[in-house]
Amino acid sequence: MIEAILNYQFLQNAFASGLIIGLIAPLLGVFIIVRRLSLIADALSHVTLAGIAGSLFLSQSVPFLALLNPLYIGIIAAVSGSVLVEKFRRLYKHYEELAIAIIMSAGIGFSAIFISLANGFSSDIFGYLFGSVSAVSRQDLFIVIVIAIIVVVFLLLFYKELFLLSFDEEYAKASGLPAKWVHLLFMIVTALVIAASMRIVGILLVSSLMTLPVAASMRLAKGFKQAIYLSVLFGEAAVIIGLVSAFYLDIAPGGTIVVTSIIILLIVLLVKKIWLSAVIKRERGSLV
Amino acid sequence: MKSTYDIDLQQVSFQYDQTVVLKNISLQVKQGDFLAILGPNGSGKSTLLKIILGLLKPTSGSVHLFGQKGRDFKQKEWIGYVSQKSNAFNSGFPATVYEVVASGLVKKTGLLKKLPKNSKNLVVDALTSVGMESFSKHSIGELSGGQQQRIFIARALVSKPKCLVLDEPTVGIDHQHVQSFYDMLAKLNREQNITLILVTHDVDTVSDRISHVACLNQTIHFHGFKQDFQQLSDEDRKAWYGHSVRKIH
Ligand SMILES: Nc1ncnc2c1ncn2[C@@H]1O[C@H](COP(=O)(O)OP(=O)(O)O)[C@@H](O)[C@H]1O
Ligand SMILES: [Mg+2]
Repeated sequence: MIEAILNYQFLQNAFASGLIIGLIAPLLGVFIIVRRLSLIADALSHVTLAGIAGSLFLSQSVPFLALLNPLYIGIIAAVSGSVLVEKFRRLYKHYEELAIAIIMSAGIGFSAIFISLANGFSSDIFGYLFGSVSAVSRQDLFIVIVIAIIVVVFLLLFYKELFLLSFDEEYAKASGLPAKWVHLLFMIVTALVIAASMRIVGILLVSSLMTLPVAASMRLAKGFKQAIYLSVLFGEAAVIIGLVSAFYLDIAPGGTIVVTSIIILLIVLLVKKIWLSAVIKRERGSLV
Repeated sequence: MKSTYDIDLQQVSFQYDQTVVLKNISLQVKQGDFLAILGPNGSGKSTLLKIILGLLKPTSGSVHLFGQKGRDFKQKEWIGYVSQKSNAFNSGFPATVYEVVASGLVKKTGLLKKLPKNSKNLVVDALTSVGMESFSKHSIGELSGGQQQRIFIARALVSKPKCLVLDEPTVGIDHQHVQSFYDMLAKLNREQNITLILVTHDVDTVSDRISHVACLNQTIHFHGFKQDFQQLSDEDRKAWYGHSVRKIH
């Protein structure tokens, strides 16, 4: 495996992007989960798909655009989607989840149209749906690196603001925090991470990589920082195991990465259960 | 004119969409006062606190905080807030007591700035003031309602406020712990000279500790020293409360 990575550029691209995504997706995922925004992440990934499918269709029909990286239009679609979600959430103040339904349907609707226009499912679109070990180009890797830098800088700058906003929105506002703007920035960064992740895990499974490692970490963590560290640890483990097995078994890495995350989650739940019952036994024992 | 009050409301009115909630409220609070705001449910107590905190803008009237116009007031760290809903957070939220209290420092440091070097000491001091210093590594969700409420007070105290605003902080606390909770507040008021504004229904329990009373039901029906409040007749109280209130002592 190591030898293969050293020899083949496409594997270097896939593994380097995978490791970066294994870091930023769960990192942002912790905030997404505690702020109950995981459905929005899902909606945004479908908008990204519409952008990708639109770009693939354009590159077929307009020769001039044949070389355009679909990721760019995907990113534009995701970011516009994140801004629109906020607009709709404000419009339907008392039924915020309607915003998600609207954006999600729009994403799927446009995707279906563009995929049909581009003559149905090509191997290209399959790669974007479920991820791919072989399709990650140097340019894709470069985009992933730039997005990762944006994410890390954003979280370093806004860590305590985001924590406060997640834990107690009213208190954050009373502290003079411009909640609306911080939230909008957060949604845009989320859109960027979704666009960056889809090359490896695929559109349909992006939100899984943002949520499953976090779900496992929350069963173990006492504090927020701890939840972040554990989520990244689980995320990286899932990406590494998932990519290696996808390479050897020749299947889509989205599947192997997500299934690995689920196995990690189940192991954590089991270990926690055993540990809890051991504690209860010990306490009973000390009472006797 | 520079006002000498911590809080100075003049003729404040407020309405949500159509419903008038507050009418011509004038209320002054001096440094070191311990004011209890009493009133039936829906009388606008929480709304009044939110106006003081700048979370809501009055429809008319003026708000002055520490001598400055409420809307220009920048020293948010001078006023600590414990909201009615503070312990309605999701109890599965992964956060330690330390992390929750430290998050109150955002006010002091301002946006995007690093926490001060002594932030650890500030957090420990705040936890000590509420008697919870040994809980700093615990997860916030595993504490009892009363303990959580103390943590939220510590979060408000960590930025060294001059004034603390509390909205029904004893709801959900066991009866036997309410006394010690108010003892702790009285101590903050006495020893650190922190101005306290407390919305509560525990008229009897707080009466020993407070200095002033304001009775609210859309407008202020009484505002003055506790001693004068105790002189009011039962009829007076019925008139604003809508039903009889047990007399303080
Ligand atoms: N966000 C809101 N929108 C519309 N009406 C509200 C809102 N919040 C409170 N109210 C109304 O304002 C009145 C006063 O509420 P509130 O200040 O919470 O009273 P209290 O704290 O004294 O129980 C109530 O009649 C309540 O129904
Ligand atoms: Mg209230």
